[in-house]
Amino acid sequence: MEISKMRELEKIAAKIRLGVIESTYAAQSGHPGGSLSISDILAYLYFEEMNVYPDDPKNEARDRLVLSKGHTAPALYSALAVKGFFPFEELKTLRQADSRLQGHPDMKGIPGVDMTTGSLGLGISAACGMALAAKVDNKDYRVYAIVGDGESEEGQVWEASMFANHYKLDNLCVILDYNKLQIDGAVADVIGPAPFEPKLEAFGYNVITIDGHNFDEIEAAFKAARECNGRPTAIVANTVKGKGVSFMENKVNWHGAAPKDADYAIAIQEISANL
Amino acid sequence: MADKIATREAYGSALVELADKYDFVVLDADLAEATKTVKFKKAHPERFFDCGIAEGNMISVAAGFAAAGKMAFASSFAMFAAGRAFEQVRNSIGYPHLNVKIGATHAGITVGEDGATHQCLEDIALMRTIPGMTIINPSDAVEARAAVEAAMQFNGPCYMRFGRAAIEVFNDNPDYKFELGRGVTLREGKDVTLVATGYMVPLARQAAETLAAEGIDARVINIHTIKPIDKDIIIKAASETGAIVTAEEHNVIGGLGGAVSEVVCEACPVPVIRVGVEDKFGKSGKVAPLLEEYGLTAENIVAKAKAAIALKK
Repeated sequence: MEISKMRELEKIAAKIRLGVIESTYAAQSGHPGGSLSISDILAYLYFEEMNVYPDDPKNEARDRLVLSKGHTAPALYSALAVKGFFPFEELKTLRQADSRLQGHPDMKGIPGVDMTTGSLGLGISAACGMALAAKVDNKDYRVYAIVGDGESEEGQVWEASMFANHYKLDNLCVILDYNKLQIDGAVADVIGPAPFEPKLEAFGYNVITIDGHNFDEIEAAFKAARECNGRPTAIVANTVKGKGVSFMENKVNWHGAAPKDADYAIAIQEISANL
Repeated sequence: MADKIATREAYGSALVELADKYDFVVLDADLAEATKTVKFKKAHPERFFDCGIAEGNMISVAAGFAAAGKMAFASSFAMFAAGRAFEQVRNSIGYPHLNVKIGATHAGITVGEDGATHQCLEDIALMRTIPGMTIINPSDAVEARAAVEAAMQFNGPCYMRFGRAAIEVFNDNPDYKFELGRGVTLREGKDVTLVATGYMVPLARQAAETLAAEGIDARVINIHTIKPIDKDIIIKAASETGAIVTAEEHNVIGGLGGAVSEVVCEACPVPVIRVGVEDKFGKSGKVAPLLEEYGLTAENIVAKAKAAIALKK
């Protein structure tokens, strides 16, 4: 990837992270850790990979993104705002009673949100339905589903994986955000769904493992996913929970806690250095 | 005697019959032979998708289809469609108000031999709590076929309840017309109203005949659409007859009896006695003795009608 393009994506990712902090700080609620871990992937998806139409969010030709790990809505909303689906300032209304920015993604009220999610395990199945709908109608849009590593403990993730592979949904790309932490602690300590690659391969996926913060690797993975015929792709993205805010990185307590005043100031300062 | 056809048979046939008229896909969870979606599978294999024994996934997949603009029918037994997959129905379909039609078969005690684990007696109650969910419980094959088409004609979630057992077809008059959300008065009467749904409708008619022979004039109303319920017909019946008996192949908690009681209590309080499964699990057995044991009989409706009349002020 050219340096200029990478620099541009880094700036976009920083803006997304800024939105995560601004929104969760304003709400004094929400999930910054897992939002920050997927910010780079969302930057690439919305600014390089996906065909989306901010002025026509429901355009039928659009690629779809299902944030199956719906609690990291702050990152999705921020990416949508940066892309121009709605004003960036609106992010500060997150989780308020008079806001359309619900705590978890709501496709009915929020421009650019393709699927209502939040209850873990359900989103990946919906993504399968969308991908199969495209096949049935001979449409060439693609569907992306971002699944959490902790979320993979839900059996429905594997039901959906069986389905996706049985129906050869090569227009589906599942991104597993392997940030290693979930509410109760390290994913490995809670119930230990890893290793992911052999499981995903056994289900039939085209499995690609990447550093989820490296744009060269992200780009190569999505390109390989596009080129893969006859089966869905699963990208295992090794990420850092809280990525981009030093004191949040790899800290489980930032899974579902909002920054206070002092944290906010430091976080904004650190993120702004990349803008 | 008229033909006997299970409402699930009518469901499968309706899907095939309406396949060219409406754009939809059909999903099932390894029960196509039993839910009768197998008919659609044979006629339109390119629009049928078996999801395997994974009902939660099926419901969310159906939501994905609908989110992509395609109406989806998702079928399984009531126990698994409404019970096992309740949360998927609520969050994937109900909350975003997506155009998914759930064809739930093998509802109620008439499942028979399979017993309690498969006799769903709480699906209506569960589905009623989901905002925006339409619930239809047809009483015979003609109504079932009409219900399927009615469901195709609106954009939004719908739960359709079908039975396993072959039942009499009584809606076979030429001017039969299905109106979603409207109760049907099958018999006028002034002493008491029997409000029935699904399998219990013919039994309520039978009960009315018995009551008539004893000089009691019972009105009979068929409620095929349990949500949104026809408040007008219920309030009118309450005010004109002063007593109501509900009859359903479902737990007396939260189903038709609950829905009717809510309407009556709020608008026109009169005695309501609920005939249904009295907060018990089912069990294995032939249909007839089970109906007898659980009180899902015309005789019980008659007894409850008399009790309701006795409670009148």
